[in-house]
This record gives sequence, structure tokens and C-alpha cells, in this order.
Amino acid sequence: MSLALALQSGDVTSLPSRRDEAWRYTDLRAALRAIPEASPKDEASITAGPFAAIAEAEALVIVNGFGPDRLTVAPGEHRTVSLRFIASPAARAHHAALAIEVAEGGFLTLLESHEGLGSDYVSDLAINLQIGSGATVERVVILNDSAEAISVVTATVDLAANATLNQTVLTNGAKRQRFETHVSHPGQGAAVRLDGVYLLGDASHSDQTTVVTHKGEGGTTHQLTKGAVRDSARAVFQGKITVERGADQTDARMGHHALILSERAEIDAKPELEIYADDVSCAHGNTVGALDEEALFYIRSRGVPLIEARVLLISAFVGEVTDRISHDGARQVAQDWLLASGMGAS
Amino acid sequence: MLSVTNLHVEVGGTPILKGLSLEVPAGEVHAIMGPNGAGKSTLSYTLVGREGYEVTQGAASLNGDDLFALEANERAAKGLFLSFQYPLEIPGVPSLTFIRTALNAQRKARGEGEIGAPAFLKLAREKAASLKIDFDMLKRPLNVGFSGGEKKRMEIFQMAMLSPKFLILDETDSGLDIDALRIVSEGVNALRSPERGMLVITHYQRLLDYIKPDRVHVLAGGKIVASGGPELALELEETGYDRFSQVAA
Ligand SMILES: Nc1ncnc2c1ncn2[C@@H]1O[C@H](COP(=O)(O)OP(=O)(O)OP(=O)(O)O)[C@@H](O)[C@H]1O
Ligand SMILES: [Mg+2]
Repeated sequence: MSLALALQSGDVTSLPSRRDEAWRYTDLRAALRAIPEASPKDEASITAGPFAAIAEAEALVIVNGFGPDRLTVAPGEHRTVSLRFIASPAARAHHAALAIEVAEGGFLTLLESHEGLGSDYVSDLAINLQIGSGATVERVVILNDSAEAISVVTATVDLAANATLNQTVLTNGAKRQRFETHVSHPGQGAAVRLDGVYLLGDASHSDQTTVVTHKGEGGTTHQLTKGAVRDSARAVFQGKITVERGADQTDARMGHHALILSERAEIDAKPELEIYADDVSCAHGNTVGALDEEALFYIRSRGVPLIEARVLLISAFVGEVTDRISHDGARQVAQDWLLASGMGAS
Repeated sequence: MLSVTNLHVEVGGTPILKGLSLEVPAGEVHAIMGPNGAGKSTLSYTLVGREGYEVTQGAASLNGDDLFALEANERAAKGLFLSFQYPLEIPGVPSLTFIRTALNAQRKARGEGEIGAPAFLKLAREKAASLKIDFDMLKRPLNVGFSGGEKKRMEIFQMAMLSPKFLILDETDSGLDIDALRIVSEGVNALRSPERGMLVITHYQRLLDYIKPDRVHVLAGGKIVASGGPELALELEETGYDRFSQVAA
């Protein structure tokens, strides 16, 4: 069961539904009655993307699934790429696959945006990321889908020894949205940071799912996801870390912390750590709370209107995640995104 | 300046203030003293607009503006400031960011332009130095992990930065060491002016040695039961509140 399969066959019964354990909280079958026709190739004028301010970035643009299918970084090479997946106003349903290869010692800053200019499109994207030994990928993703869209992004990541993946995903959700990251972790000095932020309002839905498998000794995985939901929005966080037999001295930490801002909003969190190795250091934390009313009053008593006071508290709460982005320009974009997210209204 | 008439306030359905009246003219400093649980903090929270403090009767105005018709933030923009008895912690928001946000929000509400970063920093350095606050502390999240005395000092720093028209100090002296009490008092006195009014809530004469009040009021049982000159505070040190318990009951 997958969206890719359903798009290929045109058969909605191939869509994952809540009967599939991994899709329990993200029922695509219930959200889509029929598979729309294929999106047309569309060269329509494209506006500036969310990372436009970062001048050194070269653009790689995929519109309605049409565009390059490969990105390579040569050994020792440093590249900053603005990777833009755009669903144009004419978008209906499309699939695209992209292979990214970063050779030994390479460094890729990947500024990835998913930009929904259409309304009720269906998009499925598969990204395969190979990170060579000693190479680094800094991946910052902004999911800017339309409120009526159904969008699934699945990344499979393979790291070599001493490779690094630092990932931060920022999202406002969609009708149904799933962002999946699968990491095959070799240990051996390789380091992974998988972070996420969700700020969801109205009826939007977002699912961040990560699956990390530690296969060798001495690897690290640090995860921090924070978010806030209001109105009747729904956030899903599923994080799974498996430490296989022999993957000793693994250091794995997973945190998910959320604010729930209305009674109708919902958060489903499923953190899982499965450990079959010895001498590992693993920790996880999961909390869901409300905005601190007393702190809100204190801020207001200093002259700050309610909506701004809420934004201040919410962005301070999730700011812990964006502070971890090491690329200065991307961190600034992420912080501006937080302030512009409109979460202050009630 | 501040005018409170026949104020009745309930908290959680329990009447706490029961017909309190008070006038603080511009340029004057009034002290309020009174036993624990008398309603002193209730008065200050009600004036600044905390939720849960239900005004069932009476009125309060600042320079003619009906306070109860305004949101908490609007009252602040009109120049009302409360130094909290128990200041709150604001995780993740650096103190300076917090104060700059507040200052600009107030300026915006008054139709003034934003203060630029260089002018703001200059002002902050100046005020921090006069209150002997380490500038690095202002980069930390507001009040998070601050000691009790540091929080109180930070309240006065905020006050100095926002330069309000009417100040309410709710037990600002408690938790301060001897030197801090002097420094904070000097900070408060620096704001004394013919246009400003102040309401100083305290249990101790010590603070009033530094911040000399024009009038002293005794709040007991939800009302002002006695008012007098600065000598009233000295008398209270001697006699306590016993003689007011009957009046209040
Ligand atoms: N939610 C509540 N429900 C009922 N009574 C309350 C509630 N909150 C406060 N009170 C009561 O209101 C009264 C006044 O409290 P307040 O904090 O105003 O006193 P205070 O004069 O500031 O005392 P202190 O000198 O100890 O600071 C107290 O008896 C307190 O217990
Ligand atoms: Mg009190």
C-alpha cells in the first residue's frame, strides 16, 4: 500500500489507510475518493521560493514532477542547492523521484522547499540520498503545501562511515501530509540529527515519521521535534530508532514536545526505541502541554497584545529546534517562518 | 491621576475587595500596607487587568481613562506598570528581546515609531549600569533561573526601560539584599516626577526610608481602613494591625 502505487494504478484501494499500522493516523484512503488525472507539464512563471534570500544557492526546480532526477556532489566539493518541488496551479496528481549522491568528503547544503501553488493536488515524492564517507548533508526543508493538498515525501538515506546528516523539517501541514525519513545508520562515527517543527491551524494535518536503524558500532542520532496545533488541526509524530545487535556504543536521543492550543486539536505521538545492542546510551522524552496562561498575562501586562504574546511564546518554544540549524541564512529563514506562521490567532 | 472608587472584586466567587476607594494624584507616592491576605496584590492585579479578578462594583481610572474598559496591554500602553510580587519566567525569550517587543508594542499603540536596535541597546546599557545589572544577564531568557532578588531587579529594569506613567510596586523590596534595596530604590526615585504617580505596596518601613511616601494607607479586610502621612507607617511598626481588625470585620 502506498500513494506511489495508487498513482501508478489509478486504484484508490492501493492507498494506505488507518488499517495499515504505519498509517494509522494518516488515512489517505479516507481523504481521497478518486485518483485525479496526471498533472500537466507546466512552465508557468514561478515566483521566488522561501529560500530566495540565500544568494549563493543554485536552483534545482521540479514542477509537477517534471525536472531533473539526479543531483551529485563530487568528492570534496561544496554545494548549496535550493531544491524546489513546485505544484503549479494546474497540478492534479504527480510522482517524482530524485537521487542525490554526495561523494566522499563532499558537503551539500540542501535547502528544500515544497511549494503548493495549486489547491487540491496529490503529490508523491521519493528522494534517495547517499552520503559518502566523511561527507555532510545539511538539509533544511520547508513544507508549504496548499491546505487542500495531499502530499507524501519519502526520503531514504544511506550514510557511510563518518558521514553526517543534519535535517530540519518545518511544516504548516496540508489536507493530508506525510514526511517520512528512513535512515540506514552504519555507526562508525556517522552522526544524524533529525529535527522537525510543525505549526498547524485550521483543519490541517501533518505527519512526520522517522525510522532510523543503527547497524554498526559508535553512531549517534539526535532527534528533536516540537510543534503547536490549534483549531481542529492534527499533528502526528512517529519516531522509531532501532539499535541492532552489535551496534554497541550507540548514542540515540529522541524528544517530541508539543503545545495544544485548542480542545479540538489533536496530537498523536509514537516514539519507539528498540535496542538489541549493549552499552548504548538512549533516551527519549515526549510531552504535550498548553500555553502558560500566567506567562501570557505577564507579557500582556507589559503592553504586548494577545496575538503577539502568543506568537512570542510559541516561537520561543519551537525556536529551540530552529536554533540547531547551523547554516546562518537558513536559520534566519526558519526563524522568520516561525514568526510569519500566524499561530497567534485563537 | 489614579482614581479608584468603591471597588468590589471577587476571585473564584469569593469577595476580596469590598468597597475600596483611593486617589493618587500626579506627582505623589502613596504606600499601601496591610496584613497578609488583605487584598493588596488583588488590587494591583485588578488594576492591570489580570483574568479571574472579577469587578462586581466600582470604577478605576488613570488620567480619566476607564481602566476596566481596556485590555491589559492597552492599560500598559496608557502607562500603567506593575512590578510583580512574583515575576514570571518566560522560557526561550531573551530578556532584551522581551523588553524591546514590549516597548515597541507600547509605542505602536501610542502611534509612535519603533525604537531602532542601536538606540534601544544604548538605553539598555545605560539603565543596566545604573541598576548594576550585568549586561550578559539580559541575554538570558527572562527570569529563567534568576534568583528571587534578580527577578525583582529585572522588574525595575523593565520599568526603567518602559518609563511608565503610573507605577505599582508590589512588595518589590522582598527578596532584595541590603545593597539591592538601595539600588532599586534609587532606580524608583529616579522616576519620581510631577507627572508620575506611584503606589508602593510593602510590609516594611525600610523601603519607605528610601522611597519616601506622601501618604500611607492601611488595607485590611478588602478596604482602606486608615490613611495618614509617613508617620502612619512608623506607628504600624510599633502597633501592628490589631487595632484595624475590628474596623475591617
Ligand atoms: N482563587 C482564589 N479563590 C479564593 N480566594 C483567593 C483566590 N486567590 C486569592 N484568594 C484570596 O484572596 C485574598 C487576598 O490575597 P492577596 O494576594 O491580594 O493578598 P495580599 O494582601 O497581597 O497578601 P500578602 O501580603 O501575603 O502578599 C487571600 O485571602 C487569598 O487567599
Ligand atoms: Mg501580595
